[in-house]
Amino acid sequence: MSFIYWGGKNMQDNLKAVANNIRKDIIKMTAEAGSGHPGGSLSCVEILVSLYFSVMNHKPEDPEWEGRDRFVLSKGHAAPALYAVLARSGYFPLEELATLRKLNSRLQGHPHRKSLPGIEASTGSLGQGFSIAVGMALGLKSDSRPNKVYVLLGDGEIQEGQVWEAANTASHYKLDNLIAILDHNGLQIDGHVKDVMNIYPIEKKWEAFGWDVITVDDGHDFEKLLAAFEKAKQQKGRPTIIIANTVKGKGVSFMENRAEWHGKAPTKEQAEIALRELETW
Amino acid sequence: MVNQKLNPDMKLAENVFNNPEMIPTRNGFGEALLELGEENKNVVVLTGDLTESVRAHKFGEKYPNRLFRMGIAEQNMMSVAAGLSAVGKIPFVATFSIFATGRAWEQLRTSVCYNEFNVKIAASHGGITVGEDGASHHATEDIGIARVIPNIKVIIPVDSIEAKKATIEAARIYGPMLLRLSRDKFPVITTNETPFEIGKANVIRFGDDVTVFASGVMVYESLLAAKTLEKEGIDVRVVNVHTVKPIDEKAIITAAKETGVVVTAEEHQHIGGLGSAVAEVLIENYPVPMKRVGIRDVFGESGKPRELMEKYRITSKDIAKAVKEVLKKKFAYN
Repeated sequence: MSFIYWGGKNMQDNLKAVANNIRKDIIKMTAEAGSGHPGGSLSCVEILVSLYFSVMNHKPEDPEWEGRDRFVLSKGHAAPALYAVLARSGYFPLEELATLRKLNSRLQGHPHRKSLPGIEASTGSLGQGFSIAVGMALGLKSDSRPNKVYVLLGDGEIQEGQVWEAANTASHYKLDNLIAILDHNGLQIDGHVKDVMNIYPIEKKWEAFGWDVITVDDGHDFEKLLAAFEKAKQQKGRPTIIIANTVKGKGVSFMENRAEWHGKAPTKEQAEIALRELETW
Repeated sequence: MVNQKLNPDMKLAENVFNNPEMIPTRNGFGEALLELGEENKNVVVLTGDLTESVRAHKFGEKYPNRLFRMGIAEQNMMSVAAGLSAVGKIPFVATFSIFATGRAWEQLRTSVCYNEFNVKIAASHGGITVGEDGASHHATEDIGIARVIPNIKVIIPVDSIEAKKATIEAARIYGPMLLRLSRDKFPVITTNETPFEIGKANVIRFGDDVTVFASGVMVYESLLAAKTLEKEGIDVRVVNVHTVKPIDEKAIITAAKETGVVVTAEEHQHIGGLGSAVAEVLIENYPVPMKRVGIRDVFGESGKPRELMEKYRITSKDIAKAVKEVLKKKFAYN
């Protein structure tokens, strides 16, 4: 496990401090890049921080460690959040975050396995990362290895047919070593998910596909997220999905719950306002 | 007399022109899987409800825990294979070529090739010799759409023996690889002793007037064409280009220099496949007059494999015709 001590009075305060730093990283990175996806990066910060700073077994100093749990960012456009989490876990220097989306950078617009340590799969084409995670879990389980596989999906992403092919496969093969998390922020580029292409009822659909469903009403609350992960880890005989209700653009007032911030970077001025808000958070 | 023109180093079957054995190349894949299963416990196979059709059923009987049935969901199957590779497996994705390269093209591109995962695609039922199932199941664009993807190797075994060798090699070499296999019985023209090296074209018949570069079943058609043309005093070199990517540039340039004109022959659209790959090499290195034998930008239809080859003009006769046409250009230049 990887812990970074941030001086707070308990672990959750530490996690909150890390999350706040990562939000600032996301704003700085996308502003510097002049493009990227801040909205869906900000909505999944607590999920990623929970995984990398508490839930998962991993060794940043040895990214290929056999015993590591795997994480796949199936919603690959949240790359800024993942990069910030990886850098703050110690996979690569923090300064490198400023190279996001620039020529010759290891920080591609969407994660690329071959360019950056800590990336388990190149993703960005929605739905594919989920299937890759299912393949990892299938391989690990067939060898009776203890490693868990975590995969983060977007709620717009589950409109992809491939997601349901993979959901079928995971329950068919009883992949109880697979834990999916749905970043349920309710928005996609074109607007509200329910208006663009309705995905509801989500819980019933996943249950019908043979999954155990855990709903976290506030996907920004570490206590609730960590409890959900703890429960998911105990699962036997079927995969688990944690549906985390989140806020797109969380933490920046003018980005919150606005679809337009899905794939648009803040200007320098907007970034300054956002960073001031996060400073006083 | 004809056999004197065959390259002895290729150790071809004795009965090449005398009722050669007829076996689908998918069978060679199936046989190789059984050996690989023994050799390497990390070899696993994924099938999309066509387990026996793609000849993976015996592997499944022998190694039930290493055959993953993925149902009728090829896109997921391709990406799951990528994930299996990520945890150390050597997955073979076995389904019809049209689904492997078409339906799951982007998964092949992004999940497999962009990641450079160690996934092997057994693309069975390639070409138009799929036959009676009709155009929906023919794969006549598969080579074109697969070879444009970076990091992948694309191989079209000439017969079941070469298919077996290619499958075994595939498991030993790291990286994405596609093997295009046949449903229909193809003449067995090679032997266990015939050399096979990925990326190295085999000159199987010597000739100085014109070179025919061919792949798959069209290699045999080219040999038949060469035999016919010999009676008319035309000396045809035949090259088995089993690896379309990476293509053997040196062999292509050498043959073009030595014979002056070339023909390509493939069971594929004349756009995008072997003909295009050869043309790309020649146009940048040593342009010579060229003709491509392939399906002429149309969909196939139901029919017996041989009937389809005739109707869509990819038989030895069509190769012979192309050879004569290209030779006219040779003499025009001279």
